[in-house]
Amino acid sequence: MSTIVLKGIQKNYGAVQVIKGIDLSIDDREFCVFVGPSGCGKSTLLRMIAGLEEITAGDLMIDGQRINDVPPSERGLAMVFQSYALYPHMSVADNMGFSLRLAGVPKEERRAKVAEAARILHLDNLLDRKPKELSGGQRQRVAIGRAIVRKPKVFLFDEPLSNLDASLRVQMRIELARLHDELAATMIYVTHDQIEAMTMADKIVVLQSGIVEQAGTPLELYHHPRNQFVAGFIGSPKMNFLPAKVTAVTDTATTIALPSGASLDIPVRAGGQKVGYAVTLGVRPEHMRLAGEGELLGEVMVVERLGGETFLYTQLNDGTMLIVQADGEIPTGVHERISIKLDPAACHLFDGEGLAIERMERHPLANLRRLPTRKAS
Amino acid sequence: MHPKTRERLVLTVVGWLAAGLIFFPIFWMILTSFKTEVEAVATPPQLFFTPTLENYITVRERADYVHFAINSIVISVGATLLATLIAVPAAYAMAFFPGKRTKDLLLWMLSTKMMPAVGVLIPIYLLFRDTGAIDTRWGLIVVYTLMNLPIVVWMLYTFFKEVPKDILEAGRMDGAKPKQEVWMLLLPLSLPGIASTALLSIILCWNEAFWSLNLTTSEAAPLTTFIASFSAPEGLFWAKLSAASTIAIAPILVFGWMSQRQLVRGLTFGAVK
Ligand SMILES: Nc1ncnc2c1ncn2[C@@H]1O[C@H](COP(=O)(O)OP(=O)(O)O)[C@@H](O)[C@H]1O
Ligand SMILES: [Mg+2]
Repeated sequence: MSTIVLKGIQKNYGAVQVIKGIDLSIDDREFCVFVGPSGCGKSTLLRMIAGLEEITAGDLMIDGQRINDVPPSERGLAMVFQSYALYPHMSVADNMGFSLRLAGVPKEERRAKVAEAARILHLDNLLDRKPKELSGGQRQRVAIGRAIVRKPKVFLFDEPLSNLDASLRVQMRIELARLHDELAATMIYVTHDQIEAMTMADKIVVLQSGIVEQAGTPLELYHHPRNQFVAGFIGSPKMNFLPAKVTAVTDTATTIALPSGASLDIPVRAGGQKVGYAVTLGVRPEHMRLAGEGELLGEVMVVERLGGETFLYTQLNDGTMLIVQADGEIPTGVHERISIKLDPAACHLFDGEGLAIERMERHPLANLRRLPTRKAS
Repeated sequence: MHPKTRERLVLTVVGWLAAGLIFFPIFWMILTSFKTEVEAVATPPQLFFTPTLENYITVRERADYVHFAINSIVISVGATLLATLIAVPAAYAMAFFPGKRTKDLLLWMLSTKMMPAVGVLIPIYLLFRDTGAIDTRWGLIVVYTLMNLPIVVWMLYTFFKEVPKDILEAGRMDGAKPKQEVWMLLLPLSLPGIASTALLSIILCWNEAFWSLNLTTSEAAPLTTFIASFSAPEGLFWAKLSAASTIAIAPILVFGWMSQRQLVRGLTFGAVK
């Protein structure tokens, strides 16, 4: 069991507040990802949980116990650093066995545990090497191996894959997810890459300037972003935003007028919207299609063909840029004029403050976890 | 000639000139030690002469070189060990847990080196007299430790700063207590730096003359006192003084020569990244 609860956690560096009161609860065995733009405080938050950074205010609890003042060496957490931080003067085996050595585990047992971890991570043949004799990917494995040998309750990762090349990153992503199942441990993972967050997380915590913008399952964030920041941050390419005006409000839909003159009925709750209010329409590139009599007209400026799909960077008649995802097979070329049809059920509406207006229906997959709920063993 | 090549040539020549200039007194001293007293003070100075070992024989007869040399070794090494022992935790704290005033503190420590030693001679002498520390090895060890501490702390601080913080933090996450962190990670990782710091400290202690002349007489007197004893009563005997000086610096010269690489790294600390 290891549940982590943050209550009003704050961090000041001198007079500058970088973490501004965070409340969060991370369940046992959960894969929780902190994501957000660079400098938003992800590492600081993780390092406070690790005990490497003092907590200015608030309570940090693990399994109901307040551990603000427990030194990192006694918190029983393992951490994988972005720089790997391997011990350069020790062999791979000694690197991985260091925590066991400190814990006074006898040599034979230590060797067996290191061998076991090495087997899981395919490091068997490298145990006698020094870190400087390893490739980036191998170092990464050693860093993970060092964390798993002593079977900690909680793993902390600070952008562990950001120094790897793209294909290795994808491979390690899958391995980490597999490892999470195998170890049945709580993991907190920091990244600025929303794709890593979407693919690995049970729960994503979106941070911006030291506050939590939203926390939820990947599909909850995708389908029900709480505000414009989260909507823009999750999903790739980014969600498109268009200015709009409310023209009618009913219990089941709000009708808006786009600058192009087109009108749309978006199935959102009435909330506090009134006719005449300025709102922002949010629509993802994948929720648009090319059709004869679409709501939006524009000229294609750039075509990105990925093979399976094509992204059309389109300038609307009023000048706004829009990214449209289309089929990989379409022949559309640059400077062609296209007509775009929106799917109202997949559209988002944000009020004047950038807060999302609640949708009528919750997406059926919004509560889905990355994997079928694991059984406690 | 390519400008780069010329630049390198000029630098080499300048380097050799500077080295020659610095080394010349030592060279001349060694040369003089093989002359007779008359040749030693002859004008114009003689470069060619029949070498003699006479001075070395006299010096050996007049004083127990080994006794002084052992004192020098014990005191230099002792003071260096003690200073390192105190400086390691201090530099560790300053490098990895700096406070608002850490930089000021470091500067202040170094600034104490600007005070002339003679300024504290009387109080230290009185302290030594009252504690029975005069002419004892431990007394001199304490003074040398204090004398070198600012430099040793400063150098270790600089070397520790080069050790990635992440590695120590990883150790902390692995369960290392501060003592283990220092002993098993920090020290092995900064071993070259520690070695050059210790070397410099030993050399500074070895060549120190002010305190050794004032605080020792015979029992605990190191080689600097040994040299001085040849310039004293009957006037100056250049050749014998040179012979005494030569054998006094010989061990540290050989030692320094052998550890050149470490020393260069140590002496250019902070200058090279
Ligand atoms: N030791 C420090 N002293 C002062 N400011 C810091 C320190 N460490 C981080 N910060 C500031 O805190 C903010 C959050 O940093 P960080 O947690 O590293 O961001 P992230 O990991 O999300 O990129 C940044 O604005 C950074 O400049
Ligand atoms: Mg970071």
